[in-house]
Amino acid sequence: MLDLDIKHNAGALDLDMRFRTGGGITALFGPSGAGKTTLINAISGLLRPDTGQIRIGGQVLFDSTTGRFIPPERRRIGYVFQDPRLFPHLNVRRNLTYGARFAPKGATGPDFDQVTELLGITKLLDRRTADLSGGEKSRIAIGRALLAKPQLLLMDEPLAALDAPRRGEILPFLERVRDMGVPIIYVSHAMAEVARLADTVVLIKDGKVRATGTVSDLLSDPDLADFFGGSEAGAVIHATVSGQDADGMTRAHTSGGPVFLSEPHERGRQLRLRVQASDVIVSRDLPTGLSALNILHGRITRITPCPGIGPDRAWVQIDIGGEAVLAHVTQRSVGALDLQNGTECYAILKTVAVERSAAPQ
Amino acid sequence: MTFSPEEWGAVLLSLKVSGIAVLASLPLGIAVALVLARGRMPGLWLLNAVVHLPLILPPVVTGYILLIVFGRNGAIGGFLERSIGLVFAFRWTGAALAAAIMGFPLMVRAIRIAIEAVDPGLEQAARTLGARPWAVFATITLPLIAPGIIAGAILAFAKAMGEFGATITFVSNIPGRTQTLPSAIYALLQVPGGEAAAARLAGISVLIAITAVLCSDFIARSVAQRIKGR
Repeated sequence: MLDLDIKHNAGALDLDMRFRTGGGITALFGPSGAGKTTLINAISGLLRPDTGQIRIGGQVLFDSTTGRFIPPERRRIGYVFQDPRLFPHLNVRRNLTYGARFAPKGATGPDFDQVTELLGITKLLDRRTADLSGGEKSRIAIGRALLAKPQLLLMDEPLAALDAPRRGEILPFLERVRDMGVPIIYVSHAMAEVARLADTVVLIKDGKVRATGTVSDLLSDPDLADFFGGSEAGAVIHATVSGQDADGMTRAHTSGGPVFLSEPHERGRQLRLRVQASDVIVSRDLPTGLSALNILHGRITRITPCPGIGPDRAWVQIDIGGEAVLAHVTQRSVGALDLQNGTECYAILKTVAVERSAAPQ
Repeated sequence: MTFSPEEWGAVLLSLKVSGIAVLASLPLGIAVALVLARGRMPGLWLLNAVVHLPLILPPVVTGYILLIVFGRNGAIGGFLERSIGLVFAFRWTGAALAAAIMGFPLMVRAIRIAIEAVDPGLEQAARTLGARPWAVFATITLPLIAPGIIAGAILAFAKAMGEFGATITFVSNIPGRTQTLPSAIYALLQVPGGEAAAARLAGISVLIAITAVLCSDFIARSVAQRIKGR
């Protein structure tokens, strides 16, 4: 989908980025000031990089060797900025339809009724933008970008300006936008958003791409755990709901065995589970007499020190049959249990959070 | 209150001269304000200085320069007369030119401030939505700076209505042809017994000025309300 290789000097920051990504949601994750916004400005055409190439599908958007530069209005790349940037002299409806008149005749994409329905803004159409709440403005900014029928949607921390409840209100809408088939590049420095939304993750630091991969691969990589916020680090694994037990708990299957969830989920649904490293206990034997229900069998694939949390700690990556979970334990435990690469063990999950629930494919 | 035809002539001529001066200079005023507010090229300070010159030069000097440049033997004045038959010297058109030039700095300033207040982020958003730069200007920038344009136009109009020094130097004070309201008041005060007529014209002058300010205030307020999204 997107293929990018650019160098750009942005004052204090030297950008040197190269990555490639497919459909779905790609999260650009990294600390503030890492160059994330500069990067998507380059993708949108609002910024012309010093050198390099940007391609989308088969189309060359920018190539410094040939001097080709397609201006933003001809890229058909939607952009949801950090602030909503609604046009103050236009009402909600005219904000939403602003881009439609410029879209090419044959462009495909969701229509007006679908988008307003999806974003829950049908009742706001005749309102003035000044009267709207922050969450409403964000939704309209997303709708406005979608209705220009973009081939790619850029989102620059669209939830950053909102408080936690509003954020929770918008996230499901973003998932519905993704399910409409519009690829999204999503800038964030919030781990929870990435764990929930992203299919692909691009890690950015100091103007460089540090790593690119699927969300499961990157979040369970101990080398990147400090990067993902140390104590907040934790793997994402996938599970399929297999049924309801007699006591009401939901049973779901991961590659490492069954997990049990207290909230109900329909049989067959595909779940994305987040397991924080601090919620994982490592045991060499199948523990008995333990209240924890979720115990997965696996094999240690990597042990690395974790200076971000403490010199006496270590990250332990446990392969559970295709996917991996991440634990952090004390160095003393590593020694006492004689944990090594290849050691078979059990991962006891104190808490499992359901980040995403999708219909069976 | 009764006016002589000559007094009425001065009032009407002033309105015509000021109105035409503002309308004719407005497109250029918007363009110059845009360049000054957004331009990135070197030498903008020079343009800025030239635009502001009429504000700080003695009006008589401005009138004198106009006479040299736009007179029938002037570089531009001679060319315009030969090519399109447009004569400025000692005509109402010259009064309009002088009025336009004297009001220009005020007009540009008001519009420039309005342009600088527009969030460039809105224009960027419009471009990512598919609007070319011209469409962005027409659909986003122009509506947002409308109050500034109105304010600038009214300021320039008021300045034009009161313009005296440059006008009388450039086009003289010919009753019925180039005698504007201020020139008429001046002329009346030079002759014995003219005070009453001068007072009447002064009253008209005040009335027009107040009306202009009220109109501008009203229009700017309603436009601003629409633009702020209320």
